[in-house]
Amino acid sequence: MTASGQVATVYVPRDSAARSVGADEVADAVAAAGRPVRVVRNGSRGMLWLEPLVEVETPAGRIAYGPVAPEDVEGLVAAGMLDGAADHPLCLGPTEDIDWLRDQTRVTFTRVGVVDPLSAGDYVAHGGLSGLRRALSLSPEQVVAEVTESGLRGRGGAGFPAGIKWKTVLEAGAELKFVCCNADEGDSGTFADRMLMEGDPFTLIEGMTIAAWAVGASEGYIYVRSEYPDAIATLRAAIGTAYDQGWLGKRVLDSELSFDLFVRVGGGAYICGEETSMLESLEGKRGMVRAKPPIPALEGLFGKPTVVNNVLTLGSVPMILADGPAAYADLGVGRSRGTQVFQLGGNIARGGIVETAFGITLGDLVERYGGGTRSGRPVRAVQVGGPLGAYLPTSRFDLPMDYEAFAAADAMVGHGGVVVFDDTVDMAGQARFAMEFCAAESCGKCTPCRVGAVRGVEVIDRIVAGVDRKKNLKVLGDLCDLMTEGSLCAMGGLTPMPVKSALAHFPDDFGTTTEEGR
Amino acid sequence: MTSSPPQSLEDRVRSIVAEHRDDRGALLPILHAVMEDMGHVDPAAIPILADELNLSRADVYGVITFYHDFRQTPPGRKTVRICRAEACQAVGAAQLADNAKERLGVGFGETTPDGSVTLEQVFCLGNCATGPSVQVDGRLYGRVSPAQLDGMLEVGA
Ligand SMILES: Cc1cc2nc3c(=O)[nH]c(=O)nc-3n(C[C@H](O)[C@H](O)[C@H](O)COP(=O)(O)O)c2cc1C
Ligand code: SF4
Ligand code: FES
Repeated sequence: MTASGQVATVYVPRDSAARSVGADEVADAVAAAGRPVRVVRNGSRGMLWLEPLVEVETPAGRIAYGPVAPEDVEGLVAAGMLDGAADHPLCLGPTEDIDWLRDQTRVTFTRVGVVDPLSAGDYVAHGGLSGLRRALSLSPEQVVAEVTESGLRGRGGAGFPAGIKWKTVLEAGAELKFVCCNADEGDSGTFADRMLMEGDPFTLIEGMTIAAWAVGASEGYIYVRSEYPDAIATLRAAIGTAYDQGWLGKRVLDSELSFDLFVRVGGGAYICGEETSMLESLEGKRGMVRAKPPIPALEGLFGKPTVVNNVLTLGSVPMILADGPAAYADLGVGRSRGTQVFQLGGNIARGGIVETAFGITLGDLVERYGGGTRSGRPVRAVQVGGPLGAYLPTSRFDLPMDYEAFAAADAMVGHGGVVVFDDTVDMAGQARFAMEFCAAESCGKCTPCRVGAVRGVEVIDRIVAGVDRKKNLKVLGDLCDLMTEGSLCAMGGLTPMPVKSALAHFPDDFGTTTEEGR
Repeated sequence: MTSSPPQSLEDRVRSIVAEHRDDRGALLPILHAVMEDMGHVDPAAIPILADELNLSRADVYGVITFYHDFRQTPPGRKTVRICRAEACQAVGAAQLADNAKERLGVGFGETTPDGSVTLEQVFCLGNCATGPSVQVDGRLYGRVSPAQLDGMLEVGA
């Protein structure tokens, strides 16, 4: 009992990042602290450097403590944590007042960390289902029009307008259509899909159900990478609850819509994040990339019209339908509308989720939010957009996070991952790794990618060893051009981006002069 | 555990297939279920799967070899997977990888001769702000120090 005579409600995240640094042990310690408590396993607020972050409910809102080690719990309880007491070095004050969180614009992540991810009651109490209810009161055409008006673009990397894709599927005549969610999230430095699936799975389910209504689909699949066992378990449990609640299955919310949803688990292959490879995998085959056309919107899963969207794309749809497309489109810059869920990782002091409107600068993310490196050494390079994204030096920190601005700088926003390296990084080593990764993960369908990546590793080794440096730099340049031009998909096509950016911005690491590097 | 009579490999595989009879494109879910049940996909299962699913043996074999997750030999008693992707590289993953290989005397994808530990590389576990990351028998660990990794590699633990 707390001083006020109530059983205290304590939040300890079940997010796998929090669990990876001891949240389960902390939850056990809180439960065993000797006073009756109700422990809620919420998602993570996204302030991952503070995990395990414990929150206590008080009349003045939730009070945060972190990072809490299991052995801290006894002292925290003695200091009055269960009453929200501030008199402890780990007390961070009211969660909502922590400036890192307060300054964000949480739209897609509005409920993550706030609710119990598997509580249907919490979901509805925090605005869940209002998007779906509104969508079902509109015609499919109207829903597609609103998604188009919102300016929502695919969050999986390519940034294709979601509304245009949906329109194509809606207009395709077929008895059977599918909605497939790409939850393969293979990019290093990205974890927002995982955190949404673990922290607010009903939002993804609702987004997919809205998509099904909008395009006339009756079946959906969420393709989750096998590296995410917690997300898989949470999704399966949430889908079970959604059926029980009448949010899935026959006559969803008593409407004409029937929609069945299934979770499928990947096989540990990065290429299966590419949408056609994912579809092959869903069909039970090797994840060989398909040539396009035909596009999946017309001939997708088992040859049927199929929506393929990323978790964050589908996860943004409920808010767009609930609040109207204008509210979403009002955020952002240029043709990058709405918010992006940026993910700060690697050697960073304050890593985690920063959801904010497009247009924030890279430097603001890394320095203002991220606080520089975890090691305390100077930042040297930042890789944005996953393993196929460019390495940028601090002199490019003025770049706004915007699809077009990044493209113009020979870089990409991708899935919004920002990975920070300090001054001990060897950029020739990073370039080599990019080629090594491509060689390991290529689906093998085309030669520039399959063979080019292996050659790339060898050539970089020769350059660094000083063997025929000038000649081999030219070979590397030609090889990059060949991969860019001659690859069927962006795996081979974009691997040159980290390689060339490392060469352009950090030529000294390749044991050469700037002139030769170019 | 109830003591049911030991089932033959064939019976086990056929009963797993039966559970997935209604799944579209069922081969991947079936292979995951076989892995869960037996720890690996015994090559002897390939003709049975081919027969059940009306596929060629080459098709089934091709799928098994395409995906990193499906192994054809039993793993060690413990499987340790070290993340080697960029965000973990930035906080010392390479050193963890070197330490593990040296301590166990095996490379990635190999099992110690006594069958205690299988060492694997993995590219990203979605724990990139709290790396370096290591997964032990499916359980994720973050901010892993070299000393902690030593503990995870402890034989018999
Ligand atoms: C090599 C490669 C890997 C990819 N990995 C992913 C992924 O993990 N998740 C994802 O959503 N999209 C990934 N994509 C992009 C998809 O092909 C596709 O554009 C996306 O799923 C479409 O959804 P969206 O429009 O909502 O972004 C990848 C693309 C390539 C070329
Ligand atoms: S570029 Fe690479 S991954 Fe893409 S289709 Fe070609 S071989 Fe496969
Ligand atoms: S890069 Fe290691 S967990 Fe993401």
